[in-house]
Amino acid sequence: MLFGLCAVAGVIVVLTLVDVVYQLASNGSEAINRFGLGFLIHTAWKPGFNTEGAGALIYGTAFSSLIALVLAAPLGIAIGLYLSMMAPRRVRAVVGPLVEMLAAVPSIIYGFWGLVVLVPFVDHLEPGLHSALGFIPLFGQPTTTGISLLSAGIVLAVMVLPIISALSRDLFLTVPRELKEGAEALGATRWEVIRGIVLPSTASGVGAAVVLGLGRALGEAIAVSFVIGDVSAIHGSVFQPASTAAERIANQFQGPVNALHLSAMFYVGLVLVAIGMLTSIAARMIAGRFDVQRTIGTIY
Amino acid sequence: MSVEDRTAGAPDAPLPAGRVRIRTEPSLPAITAQAVNGRSAHETREAVFDIRDLAAYYGANCALAGTTLRIYRNLVTAVIGPSGCGKSTFIRSLNRMNDAIPGFRVTGQIQYHGHDVYGSRANRVEVRRRIGMVFQKPNPFPKSIFDNVAWAPRNLGMKRRLADRVEQALIQAALWDEVKDRLHDSALGLSGGQQQRLCIARAIAVEPDVLLLDEPASALDPVSTASIEDLMHNLKHRFTIVIVTHNMQQAARVADRTAFFSLDTAGPERFGTLVEYGDTETIFRGASDSRTRDYVAGRFG
Repeated sequence: MLFGLCAVAGVIVVLTLVDVVYQLASNGSEAINRFGLGFLIHTAWKPGFNTEGAGALIYGTAFSSLIALVLAAPLGIAIGLYLSMMAPRRVRAVVGPLVEMLAAVPSIIYGFWGLVVLVPFVDHLEPGLHSALGFIPLFGQPTTTGISLLSAGIVLAVMVLPIISALSRDLFLTVPRELKEGAEALGATRWEVIRGIVLPSTASGVGAAVVLGLGRALGEAIAVSFVIGDVSAIHGSVFQPASTAAERIANQFQGPVNALHLSAMFYVGLVLVAIGMLTSIAARMIAGRFDVQRTIGTIY
Repeated sequence: MSVEDRTAGAPDAPLPAGRVRIRTEPSLPAITAQAVNGRSAHETREAVFDIRDLAAYYGANCALAGTTLRIYRNLVTAVIGPSGCGKSTFIRSLNRMNDAIPGFRVTGQIQYHGHDVYGSRANRVEVRRRIGMVFQKPNPFPKSIFDNVAWAPRNLGMKRRLADRVEQALIQAALWDEVKDRLHDSALGLSGGQQQRLCIARAIAVEPDVLLLDEPASALDPVSTASIEDLMHNLKHRFTIVIVTHNMQQAARVADRTAFFSLDTAGPERFGTLVEYGDTETIFRGASDSRTRDYVAGRFG
């Protein structure tokens, strides 16, 4: 009886996933037939001219998520180290749950926050960054609004930060006390213990945590739609507005120009699901390598 | 951070340097104790630790009180006693391993070669670099055998002739012959006894002055235990060794000096205290305190 229930639950999950993919593919069939795989690289998105390509969306998705990870991974790992190894117990008890609560804030609220606080801030930041680091193409001419890839990346960084910091804190806590004491007894400084013992023995897990954060950043629609500008263009500069796959669907799904436009958005959705699945598989492989190494290490 | 950590707060006079060369001696002179004018010959040796009225607390709980003793150079000093008598607290206080435990504090003094281990200018990292420690449970790092031994010397900048250093440490820990063909395999693949000898090799690779062994053989089988004990007889010519053990026969076999700790009570408080300290022979054959006699005779504990 129990087995039957559990088996049914498992089957339902699989069927749901299959149906999601099926619905995306069938609703997107018009766009899939018309644009083929070229959809993935063409950047023009002109619904009025029956021209749609997801190239710029994929670029914007990848770029904004990359910015998020570059900001959030080191910060999240540092928070994890602080909470697991350095913070006094009281600080740990207060700050730990607060960091996790960052994950409980609905994404639309991050959108508001991004628009009201972050976008003006980035707008102020741009001229300074450009004059200091303008020789790097990433920091091109400042724009007038602050609506940009950079704003999107920062919002996403705040959103993935709790994932990375909470997971890495938990991983660091799994490092046996005997190992840390063994290192300390050899005259290692705290930093040497972290670099030589704690990080290497959790590296794969931390990698998986970062990829899970990436998964969230790649699929985020609402918060990004507030701050990125929904512009189909590929720019090297992080100060330029752009668009991401999920954000494009959220922005335009309500009012499609014609059937092809709607169909193209389903196609974008299919691409997004594929990206999400690949990320999930990647996280699994990285974490799996971790487990395998551990198991071999203990048994062998 | 690492560089500042080591130098900041270092005592005025440099601590005695660790030995520069590691080598094995083919024939080792026997260290024997002969009483001179009623005083043990051991007591004429240089004192490495001069411990005065040491007490240790975890929060409000007193774990150890009123401990005064000297630990002499190039001897094996055993610390024995029933469980809860504070012997682990004692040995872990010598290299400040308990510092990380919230609420832990000590009173009294631990002088190491004349330097206060807990003094405001003593540096915890430097203390541990000179006073190495091997734990009850073998705790090799999840690295290769070579990297386990080479890790700490690398941190300390002892990068010259690192492979020689690793080899010599493994030879001294009587492990070289068993691992020389698989130095780059994971240390976690070694047996428990081998892992413990690897931990000893790891500790001596940084050329400490003192080796603290906290029940190093209690998790091992009799054969591995015997090999660790043999090792101690050789290592004491190079290091000062303090070993905590709950195994009296082990103390009798390996130690030159023995300190017997026991539980004392004062009202509702129970805490460990040093009962008797002297040459191992004296403690086991002619202890002056009845509690010591009862304990070594196996009547309690």
